[in-house]
Amino acid sequence: MSRRTVSALPALAVILALLGAWELYVDLGGVDPLVLPAPHAVAASLYDDRGLLWSNFLVTAKEIALGIVAAMAAGFTMAVVIHFSPALRRGLYPLLVASQAVPVPMLAPVLALWLGFGLAPKVVVVALVSFFPVVVTTLAGFAAVDPELLKLMRTLDATRMQTFRRVELPAALPSVVTGTKIAIVVAVIGAVFAEWMSASSGLGYLFEQSVAQLEPARAFATTVILCALSIGLFAAMTLAERRLLPWAHQPKSEGDR
Amino acid sequence: MIQAPAQPAAEAQGFGVRVEGVCKTFRGRGSAVQALEGVSLRASPGEIVTVVGPSGCGKTTLLELICGLTGADSGTLRSDPAALMPQRDLLLPWLSAIDNAALPLRIHGLARDQARATAAPWLERFGLGGFEHARPAQLSGGMRQRVSFLRSLLAGKPVLALDEPFAALDAITRAEMQGWLARVLESEPRTVVLVTHDVEEAVVLGDRVVVMSARPGRVVQELHVKLPRPRRRTDPEVVALREAVLQALGVAA
Repeated sequence: MSRRTVSALPALAVILALLGAWELYVDLGGVDPLVLPAPHAVAASLYDDRGLLWSNFLVTAKEIALGIVAAMAAGFTMAVVIHFSPALRRGLYPLLVASQAVPVPMLAPVLALWLGFGLAPKVVVVALVSFFPVVVTTLAGFAAVDPELLKLMRTLDATRMQTFRRVELPAALPSVVTGTKIAIVVAVIGAVFAEWMSASSGLGYLFEQSVAQLEPARAFATTVILCALSIGLFAAMTLAERRLLPWAHQPKSEGDR
Repeated sequence: MIQAPAQPAAEAQGFGVRVEGVCKTFRGRGSAVQALEGVSLRASPGEIVTVVGPSGCGKTTLLELICGLTGADSGTLRSDPAALMPQRDLLLPWLSAIDNAALPLRIHGLARDQARATAAPWLERFGLGGFEHARPAQLSGGMRQRVSFLRSLLAGKPVLALDEPFAALDAITRAEMQGWLARVLESEPRTVVLVTHDVEEAVVLGDRVVVMSARPGRVVQELHVKLPRPRRRTDPEVVALREAVLQALGVAA
């Protein structure tokens, strides 16, 4: 067994123990399956309803993917603009923080009103909730650049743009990735929420339908798929980071402070 | 600078460095720290001047003034264009050794292949052959300092401002690197201002040793080192000079 497999064992054991306890509680405790379905029932639904789950998964995955890409593009651009212009920083940053105070639950119905019941309002909600973490972490990445490094670039006669391209931008990339990881988690929540407000497909919609149709096992199965989507996106981001930015995670060697 | 030279030319001729009566105070919120108080220093073209003093005597400030990173409050300062070699190597962790060394060439507009082709023979010469594509994290401390020095050299400026270049290294590597630097400067003469708190390093490397006092930094003594190179640290004359510097610093011999 590889070291990574071994290190995953305790977590796996806890999950299995929890599932086991849940199963025993439902089977032996006389719990109404409409209130709490047993894990085996959820597993059965995952298999039986696979076609339904898959088609709705595709809808939600598309909303999240488009929303995050939009948030990354807009968030990164905004961070660069703010980084370059102190005036815009003073003008935009407070608004940016204040925008986070607007509750998305209030926004979603309005967006449905403006954009209809299709893909667009969901993508906008996902992008709105994902935008903030990307901007804030990217700005933090720019701010964390070693000032000595900027001095060095000046002695090398680097222009402002050269310093940005060769030092600030690469130095901030790991922060952009961190922001995107945070964005992924809130994006899934945002997508489900937007689907509850107005949708005819998607995992959030399927969940609501399943509860209404007294199909709790399917509702739980939907939740499992949502979790898997979230974890999968997060893992993909981590993997991309290791492949594309290997230097960001190298253990620092002796004397390198 | 419009075009970087294909090979950094041995630009020993020029003006050198002339610092006269320079004062510099850093003002913070409600406090002021006087870093330099009437410091005068001169480095003729091709001369190696070592500046030795206790921590916090404004040595780094002096180099920043020479490199034009900050201005003096009073006094005059004239210098040929200077490249800084920072105390920490400050290599970019995402670039390979060769790309770090070639960074000034890229900034001066050379294409990547051209910049690499220029830097490659230098890496070979500096004992970094085979490590061209290693990232800084994979290099030893001594190797990183050599890449950092090469980066300063490839900036193609007549003056090198070296800020405690070997302070972070272990004693053995430091001794090796001092010998190495002396040899490199023999074949690639530059006007050098090297600041250090290592008295031995100052005496072994310098044509002239400038001794500075603790804050506020002042020049307390200047010693000419007219010894042939390579110098041994056990040479009686080197030992005697070292004692003289220590005395000037107020450290009982």
